[in-house]
Amino acid sequence: MKEIAVRAGGQAGDGIASIGESISRSFSRMGLHVFGLNAYQSVIRGGHVWYHSRASEVPVHSQGDHADILYALDRQTVDLHAHILRQHGTVVFDPEKFPLATTDVPAGIQLLAIPTLEIARKYTSQSVLQNAAGIGASAYLAGIPLDIVQKVLADSFGRKAGDVVSWNTNACADGYRFAEGKGLSHPRALAKQGQPKLLMTGNQAIALGAAAAGCKFLVQYPMTPATSIMHWLAAHSRALGVVVKQSEDELASMNMAIGASYAGVRSMTASSGGGFALMTEALGMAGMAEVPVVVVDAARAGPSTGLPTKTEQGDLNLLMGAGQGEWPRAVLAPSDPVEAYRLTVTAFELAEKYQTPVLVLTDFHLAEAMEGVDRSKIDLNVPVPSLFTVEPNGHDYRRYLDTESGVSPRAFPGQAGLNHIALSDEHDEFGHDVSDILAGTPNATAVRVKMMEKRMRKLKGLAKDLPAPVWEGPADAPLTFVAWGSTVGAVRDAMKLLEENGKKTNLLRFPGLYPLDPDVVRSAFARTHKTLLVEGNYSGQFGLLLRGEMGVEFPFRFLKYDGEPFYPHQIVERAEEVL
Amino acid sequence: MADSAVAPIVAPTTPQFPIVGKSQIKPTWCPGCGDYGVVASVEMALKRLKIPSKDVVIVSGIGCSSNLPHFLSSYGFHGIHGRSIPLAEGIRWGNHELTVIATGGDGDGFGIGAGHFIHAMRRNVKLTYVTMDNQIYGLTTGQASPTSTLGQKTKSTPTGVIEYPLDPIALALASGATYVARGFSGDVKHLTDLVAGGIQHKGFSFIDVFSPCVTYNKVNTFDFFRQRVYKLESSGHNPSDLSAAFQRSLEWGDKIPIGLFYSVDRPTYEDMEEVLQVGPLVHQPAGLKGRESVLDEFI
Ligand SMILES: Cc1ncc(C[n+]2csc(CCOP(=O)(O)OP(=O)(O)O)c2C)c(N)n1
Ligand code: SF4
Ligand SMILES: [Mg+2]
Repeated sequence: MKEIAVRAGGQAGDGIASIGESISRSFSRMGLHVFGLNAYQSVIRGGHVWYHSRASEVPVHSQGDHADILYALDRQTVDLHAHILRQHGTVVFDPEKFPLATTDVPAGIQLLAIPTLEIARKYTSQSVLQNAAGIGASAYLAGIPLDIVQKVLADSFGRKAGDVVSWNTNACADGYRFAEGKGLSHPRALAKQGQPKLLMTGNQAIALGAAAAGCKFLVQYPMTPATSIMHWLAAHSRALGVVVKQSEDELASMNMAIGASYAGVRSMTASSGGGFALMTEALGMAGMAEVPVVVVDAARAGPSTGLPTKTEQGDLNLLMGAGQGEWPRAVLAPSDPVEAYRLTVTAFELAEKYQTPVLVLTDFHLAEAMEGVDRSKIDLNVPVPSLFTVEPNGHDYRRYLDTESGVSPRAFPGQAGLNHIALSDEHDEFGHDVSDILAGTPNATAVRVKMMEKRMRKLKGLAKDLPAPVWEGPADAPLTFVAWGSTVGAVRDAMKLLEENGKKTNLLRFPGLYPLDPDVVRSAFARTHKTLLVEGNYSGQFGLLLRGEMGVEFPFRFLKYDGEPFYPHQIVERAEEVL
Repeated sequence: MADSAVAPIVAPTTPQFPIVGKSQIKPTWCPGCGDYGVVASVEMALKRLKIPSKDVVIVSGIGCSSNLPHFLSSYGFHGIHGRSIPLAEGIRWGNHELTVIATGGDGDGFGIGAGHFIHAMRRNVKLTYVTMDNQIYGLTTGQASPTSTLGQKTKSTPTGVIEYPLDPIALALASGATYVARGFSGDVKHLTDLVAGGIQHKGFSFIDVFSPCVTYNKVNTFDFFRQRVYKLESSGHNPSDLSAAFQRSLEWGDKIPIGLFYSVDRPTYEDMEEVLQVGPLVHQPAGLKGRESVLDEFI
């Protein structure tokens, strides 16, 4: 497998993310498979930030373990990252910014000293233009054709007036030619292959999936790493006809989403764990009042404010236990942008079919990492059926009609002859409150039991409709990885590395986390020999869920809670211990 | 499967009057509770304006007062404590052809829900908010509320309230509300005018109602208000004058004003939200079928 990776690092405010994105987008336009990871901190200026762009001829699912080109905007970047450079790796730096000698970097690593500031000064006094020269040099080393990277830079400035575009493309060319003139090249440089890919983050895929599923109302309060869902939809609000509301807090978000859905509009809200926690009371109301709603929790490393720009799969228990009392819910956990798109659509379909909240659990790593996606995998032709299906039936409309499936006919304000009250208190089939003067009378107690069972019966249907566990890799292997969410990417890459070492493994992954069909899960585990649970949290929350629900035990676990994504080599090492 | 032996709580029919009337659920408030006058005013205001019952949604939180939606025959959403306003806002934005009325108590609106109250006013979302301000927590059997009188003894303040009461009218004026009124449930006719005016108002209308809790508030009784209230309408107040409105909002003691403090025209949130200009969201096309070009930006 031929692959190459470029890492750029510097201080917050240096423009590292746009350097990295330009490289990723260039790779993606070359038709290569790309994974881009933006590592930053919860500060606007000052901290150390880096971006890692990995490209390959065959699919890659994580940031990988190595880099080949390190574009260092400061000395700290060299100190922190030079060790991940592979043989023949190159450090790109400007000696005007800091001195660097071959003795400062691991043996076998070459240096490309390039006067990026001097190049920038040819065009403008704005020093940020140095980045274009550095991008050019890095692009040359990575085998990116000059015209592709120049076009990416030009496009990133959109229709900005003035000379900014030509300064950037010219400085980029200067950097490119400078590197070329040094006679340096990289043995891993890749060539163009196939159609350009779509470069998207998990959050963008979710926003797109929501719009495709017919979502017309997104309400959010900013919280990393969920915020860019709102950013994408806000930027497209008018074009796509989606109302995007920034609320005063997450309590409002959840209630507003429920209100819009009650009025007949497919709606969604998103946050990270802290904001999700504030939504939980109203989320239970949606379960009780039987209002469909889709909620995304893009988890950060907790607890409390935790590590806002670091990743973790620690919110599963929060989602499972969210809300007082018991109400039916489904929890989905996409593992890459394509699946994030598709499962967001599924979330809307399930929420609507079962008239109950569906929760989508992601994490920083999926929310913000960028992947190259084949255009053919994003099918926008999602049917969006009308919600107005109930006709007035004399005077006998029962909003909460007790049915076999637990799902009742749903009418909307504005429809004549179907007036009813939706409510948070326990109620009968008509929506009459049984919580106050009637509570405890024998009939009200019977109503309570009946309505509770009606709602909870939805779980049976949800378990049948939930995306089933997916097998990847050979049908039979001595070791089966069990994983969900963004962790799946690194496991996929680890399996490839293990295979190269002659070790056969497979993967049982769970795009749907709850409610699972016990028969399906038990028969899946019956096919395994030895399992290794890989989760990004302290207690192995999904493993505990499987144990509690169906008695599946995990004697071997690899749990990580350092805030960093899984790296393939870490999984390989743990697997080799277990094998 | 359904146990059909379990009977519904009341007769298995829901009256579907074309215009809002009483539902067949009888109010469960204590005899003499101020909230009876409020539900009567809301009903009469809706009747006067002849708004079809199918187009009215009454939204509430939790509290004695928040049971109101059950007693009228429109659509309704009886939500959770303090969140009637965001719920109502979501309904409005989902379908802005609906007449949305939020009702609730002083604890619901000015305590736990205060944040939403302020923001709905500055947004000028078009809905009518009627608070049954009994200056006490009724449903939870008589604790102090944000509007309880300084020194008032309640179950949670046996030696008297030590926090200065919040002034809902002044707060509304300061928050940019465009229709600010105060009613008294002992004067149903006057209150009906205020509610009807609020429903007709283009924007957020707030009607704070003295609605005595006869069981738990022995200070702010019907008699207390009967002796003190006077009408702004008959005292030369100009409701388009914001500073005069502020002045009047500060009056408390022997003479307490009721009526319309302030009313002004300002674009509503729904006027300003571009997506809503082509019609109610609920009736707009949805999905991305045939919109392939949205993917181009990802290249
Ligand atoms: C989150 C939450 N906290 C507390 C309660 C308990 N509770 C129910 S009603 C209420 C206060 C009611 O006072 P008010 O809003 O003034 O209504 P009133 O009963 O006086 O009409 C409280 C604290 C609740 N239902 N939910
Ligand atoms: S407790 Fe007070 S507010 Fe509640 S119903 Fe009785 S009188 Fe009305
Ligand atoms: Mg009260």
